[in-house]
Amino acid sequence: MTEWANVVVQGVLIGGLYAMFAAGLSLIFGIMRLVNIAHGDFIVLAAYMALVASTTLGLNPILALVIVAPLMAALGYVLQRLLLNRTLGDDLLPPLLVTFGLSVIIQNGLLELFTADSRRLQAGAIEVASIPIVPGIAIGVLPLLQFALAVAVIGGMQLVFYRTALGRAFRATSDDQAVAQLMGLDNRHVFAVGMALSLAVVAVAGVLIAVRTNFDPAIGPARLIFGFEAVIIGGLGSLWGTLCGGILLGVAQGIGAHVDPGWQMLAGHLAFLTVLAVRPEGLFPKIR
Amino acid sequence: MPGQARVVFMDRSSRIGLIVFVIALAVLALAPYWASRQVLRLLAEIYGYVALASAWNLLAGYGGLVSVGQHAYVGLGGYLLFALTMFAGVSPLWAVPVAGIGAAAASIPVAALVFRLRGHYFAIGTWVVAEVFRLMAAQVSALGGGSGTSLPAGIVIAIAAAREMREFLVYWTALAVTALVLGLIVGLLRSRYGLALTAIRDNEIAALSSGVSVRRVKFVVYVTTAFCTAMVGAVIFLQKLRISPDAAFSVNEWTAFVIFIAVIGGIGRIEGPIVGTAIFFLLRQLFADLGSLYLLMLGAVAIAIMLKAPRGVWGLLADRFMLQIFPLQRRIIQDSRITQERSHDIRQEASETTS
Repeated sequence: MTEWANVVVQGVLIGGLYAMFAAGLSLIFGIMRLVNIAHGDFIVLAAYMALVASTTLGLNPILALVIVAPLMAALGYVLQRLLLNRTLGDDLLPPLLVTFGLSVIIQNGLLELFTADSRRLQAGAIEVASIPIVPGIAIGVLPLLQFALAVAVIGGMQLVFYRTALGRAFRATSDDQAVAQLMGLDNRHVFAVGMALSLAVVAVAGVLIAVRTNFDPAIGPARLIFGFEAVIIGGLGSLWGTLCGGILLGVAQGIGAHVDPGWQMLAGHLAFLTVLAVRPEGLFPKIR
Repeated sequence: MPGQARVVFMDRSSRIGLIVFVIALAVLALAPYWASRQVLRLLAEIYGYVALASAWNLLAGYGGLVSVGQHAYVGLGGYLLFALTMFAGVSPLWAVPVAGIGAAAASIPVAALVFRLRGHYFAIGTWVVAEVFRLMAAQVSALGGGSGTSLPAGIVIAIAAAREMREFLVYWTALAVTALVLGLIVGLLRSRYGLALTAIRDNEIAALSSGVSVRRVKFVVYVTTAFCTAMVGAVIFLQKLRISPDAAFSVNEWTAFVIFIAVIGGIGRIEGPIVGTAIFFLLRQLFADLGSLYLLMLGAVAIAIMLKAPRGVWGLLADRFMLQIFPLQRRIIQDSRITQERSHDIRQEASETTS
């Protein structure tokens, strides 16, 4: 019994990370109907940036965020202004294919610079510290911290979206681009800020993943898929739904892995496909 | 007086184009008599990419179904070939079309699921399906699980006893499958579905309002593409004689390259993937030594083409010189006694409907 409770608890904790993969993805989809196929590769890019920052400057990996997050945000802004804004329009193909191209470019660029070796960020004693809850269940300090950070990031995004002028601009462009422009918003700028925010969230996710697991240039697409599954399970347009989606995915993977290690990923995908078959609008839909 | 109208597909460039195409096909069919083993293998690989890119082009360029998960069907085709020959005793060459039919059957429930995702999310949904297929293939211990398996010697010999003859047969199968795939796509595009598809390609809402059952047409395209892609996958792994989940469901080899080929050659035109494959292999022969830098460059080229020349290399040439190799463009000839031909561009008509 405690064994299964433990599986669920660990699944919930990793679900926070998946929700963070998802939050950046659903943010830019909400604002400009763009699905960034390179999203997972940006997460890996952020992880490598944190690696470089912490090894060259001797920073604690979590502190490396202070450098990585602004850098990723700046990258997002420039990328959107120079490249991605040109792909937006009625046609689905250009944004998909351009971000697909970016994905291949980032993966192979990282491969060229860092080789295919697995890397990991050392965060010190915190890595193995844990808090015993009941006999048989202990919560790692790091996973708990990561979960709390994920909830904080999603809560923060929720605040930005519904309580600030910037959020109003996001929602206005999302509702009607032409009218938003008539009201004096510069869509190109709004989109670029949206992408900057998305990549800042990606930076947090990237640093967390770098501390938590081994990473190499090829793991990006799987992170994209986890984020995407969390978005669809949770329901489009709902950030808290996305958190629930991430948690459900994490628990499903945990249960799968407990039954048979080969079933970890498969169980997560099957949970996603089941939701898609039974409730295609997701569990907590906002957009009908 | 309303004259009798006929729909005509052929024009001068496609008449010449088809003659050249048939001659090329004959020359390539005789390749075992003039080419070395290495050249034969390279040609078979090229045929595979022509067929895969043509199938993706049908799906994304015409059907508007931008999939980044077609490696699901390449791998499924390969695995079905191995399963059919090893467990059901089907002869290897016959297993190729049977694998195609099996994959087409599997694609029906898959379509029912992924069609629930709209536009962009459809793309990633297809990728999830490919992942599921890969993970399930790794669970089949009779086919070697995660590390894969080789085709048993007894089955390899069943193709033909002599190695040379075996290679010839596999080569001809590869050529035949590609010719079949191209023929199937041309046939589909010339049928009623083709007209509907072209309308969907140009403007989905306009097509819908003209009475096209967009959903059904897309479904037919998805299943046809799965059939074609899986047959190609079966041939590819019949040639390799070895299969593993990572090789069979490789997103780089069977989806990224294929998409780049179609983008570079020209999306939404049947000649595009052929031109794209030629460019792709030319670049590969020149720059393959660069390894991952080569892939990086390929991604950059695809992005540049998508932004600067979204109709690809063939699109530029065809528009400039009014070329078509395959007779697909419909023109209506109004009356037999009137020599004046009215070029009937479906695209124009569709855009007129919306405005």
